[in-house]
Amino acid sequence: MTQAQLQESANPAQSEEHGVRKWRDYFSFNTDHKVIGIQYLVTTFIFYCIGGVLADLVRTELRTPETDFVSPEVYNSLFTLHATIMIFLWIVPAGAGFANYLIPLMIGAKDMAFPRLNAVAFWMIPPAGLLLISSLLVGDAPDAGWTSYPPLSLVTGQVGEAIWIMSVLLLGTSSILGAINFLVTIWKMRIPGMTVYQMPLFCWAMIATSAITLLSTPVLAGALVLLGFDLLAGTTFFNPTGGGDPIVYQHMFWFYSHPAVYIMILPFFGLISEILPVHARKPVFGYQAIAYSSLAISFLGLIVWAHHMFTSGIPGWLRMFFMITTMIIAVPTGIKVFSWVATVWGGKLRLNSAMLFAMGFVGTFVIGGISGVMLAAVPFDIHVHDTYFVVAHLHYVLFGGSVLGIFAGYYHWFPKITGRMLNEFWGKVHFALTIVGLNLTFLPMHKLGMMGMNRRIAVYDPKFETINFICTMGSYLLAVSTFPFIINAIWSWMYGSKAGNNPWQALTLEWMTTSPPAIENFDKLPVLATGPYDYGMSNADDEEVEVPLSDEREPALAAGPNSALRADPDPKFAANPEDRK
Amino acid sequence: MQSQTIDPAKTALNYHHTEAEAHHEEHPDHRITGLIMFLVAEGMIFFGMFGAYLAFRSVLPSWPPEGTPELELLLPGVNTIILISSSFVIHNADTAIKKNDVPRMRTWLAITAAMGAIFLAGQLYEYSNLEFGLTTNLFASAFYVLTGFHGLHVFIGLVAILAVLWRSRVSGHYSNEKHFGVEAAEIYWHFVDVVWIVLFGLLYIL
Ligand code: HEM
Ligand SMILES: [Cu+2]
Repeated sequence: MTQAQLQESANPAQSEEHGVRKWRDYFSFNTDHKVIGIQYLVTTFIFYCIGGVLADLVRTELRTPETDFVSPEVYNSLFTLHATIMIFLWIVPAGAGFANYLIPLMIGAKDMAFPRLNAVAFWMIPPAGLLLISSLLVGDAPDAGWTSYPPLSLVTGQVGEAIWIMSVLLLGTSSILGAINFLVTIWKMRIPGMTVYQMPLFCWAMIATSAITLLSTPVLAGALVLLGFDLLAGTTFFNPTGGGDPIVYQHMFWFYSHPAVYIMILPFFGLISEILPVHARKPVFGYQAIAYSSLAISFLGLIVWAHHMFTSGIPGWLRMFFMITTMIIAVPTGIKVFSWVATVWGGKLRLNSAMLFAMGFVGTFVIGGISGVMLAAVPFDIHVHDTYFVVAHLHYVLFGGSVLGIFAGYYHWFPKITGRMLNEFWGKVHFALTIVGLNLTFLPMHKLGMMGMNRRIAVYDPKFETINFICTMGSYLLAVSTFPFIINAIWSWMYGSKAGNNPWQALTLEWMTTSPPAIENFDKLPVLATGPYDYGMSNADDEEVEVPLSDEREPALAAGPNSALRADPDPKFAANPEDRK
Repeated sequence: MQSQTIDPAKTALNYHHTEAEAHHEEHPDHRITGLIMFLVAEGMIFFGMFGAYLAFRSVLPSWPPEGTPELELLLPGVNTIILISSSFVIHNADTAIKKNDVPRMRTWLAITAAMGAIFLAGQLYEYSNLEFGLTTNLFASAFYVLTGFHGLHVFIGLVAILAVLWRSRVSGHYSNEKHFGVEAAEIYWHFVDVVWIVLFGLLYIL
């Protein structure tokens, strides 16, 4: 018997009643974590499309050195809205979407710890997004960049800036509420017998993510409240004309926003750690290394923020400190990358769309990580700060990392979520177009940055024209690449072939129920017959050996490979009192 | 797929699951854990603002800036004592409900609420007598925003206590086994108290 069969026969999915819901449920205040997960995933994807349109407008303006497409003021609003939407309405909540859908299933719970709070957290997102976009209609869209540095942000338009602050405050609150839910759920609601070391790695990643959300997002809220006072009430916290100090805003902002880049990548590190072993048919390499490096990243991530401020006039010793801590972060990140490579190494790879995106993730993310270490070096950063080199870096990690990770997650869990398979051919077309488009768009930006082209400027020196033209073409290709996915997803959701419960022969618990899962996830309390990544491990002569995996009277006690009940237990320590003779 | 080809009954592994039916009745209560995490987040907002305050302090040549009128210490001092003692008072409410003594709990909560209200009134009185306004200078702004933000929290705590009082009219709503509301209000009140101590130290004493 394979490990997958072992796990499946331990958890027979009996429910005939599939968790198919009425379409109206998805538009309502529903407390089922699966509905909320889908709400998150679909809503954020819509915002991704909006943010993508804005990106292509930006790139269209940059196709030529002159401002021949939009005015510089409109250009400023375009890149501000693009970045704000992509960060706060796409990548951050998309991670929360996967977490909502997957965590309870992975740990064998029926729902999140606070289902109603969960729904509240979701329903803050659409109003916040609409609020932000409505600023376009008001005619005063925020235009001080996603960083919203004062004093610039205080002089470019009160209404737009106020809308921006409101919207980001709402989104921040939503993600804090989400994080509380994830932490309590993972910590308290695992099935009995699932130790932390038997949790899927995605849960570890979400612990790390939620911890930084909880600790850093409030500081941004504090900064935005003060900024709001400066903007609307005439205080001068960040306004040098009244004795205030804009650098303090930068510290507070980056105290959140550097950890936020890990909020934007750790969940997808987690997804990748799930996807690679399943499709490589090998145990994950270095379970504990991956688990602990997530925690290390989230801790170190809290003490590196000023690497965004090397040119803001901070003292030399501070530059030194932040340069060193920033470079140290590359170590736990590197540990993860090596573990993933070792997981795939020598595996029986199934090169389907999910796996391709996951491997693409590792490849492109490494490029972004390397440019990150370059930027961490103060002498280098002084030259390329605020140039396209930074833009190249952040898009390699955020697009090449987070976005590819999200797509890998879509392809991997689509069968579970919808009960139907995505079309593989169009999935591969999607992958090919994305990976080419992404490198075409962002690779040349490294060169632009080295040549000295500033970011956030609508006009530029004609000598940059050719490379910009290439970038713009790449961005159009990226826009095109989304269509195969959208059409594939809609078509497959309606007519795709039936997926069955466990199409990938995976071992984690979300695959041990029907697809889509029943309303309360599992009919019976699930048990662990294998570890989460025991792929390809032999279990000697299976049928003949009676491995007492379960205690008939108390299955809750019979979980886990370390359970005393797996082998013949020493009667003295037997879990069930009746056996202690 | 695979799961259909294997009949669980015929494998070596024969599982009998317990129904997880008891789930709904004894849904374990994680709300206190959740509340504590929420307060960690709240604490970080204050942490950020206090950090900003200290940064302004260290950047400006003199603090408070030249010409800021002196702060009166007597009223806020008394207020501080009232708020801190109210933390002990509300703890008595918690002890009472753990002994299933609802009337006593109500008394202690009512006293706490009164003390909270006195604190807020005192703060408003202080505001009305100060010689600087929100935009006078950086110190003044920080003073009003920080104390105001804290006062908002006191107000929320007060509302929470009153809500518990209101609900406890129904006999049996709270008991020695079921008293999340009382406990939550108490924890929140302690939090507001601790924040005030730091705030008082920063604004009035440092
Ligand atoms: C090996 C790890 C990394 C290192 C050493 C690193 C280092 C840096 C440094 C030093 C900067 C500042 C450049 C400047 O403004 O002059 C920067 C910018 C940035 N990084 Fe990273 N980074 C790393 C990973 C990541 C990850 C994983 C993400 C997101 C998923 C990310 C997102 C960003 C963003 C968005 C910016 C630009 C912020 C802005 O100014 O708008 N980085 N990075
Ligand atoms: Cu950073």
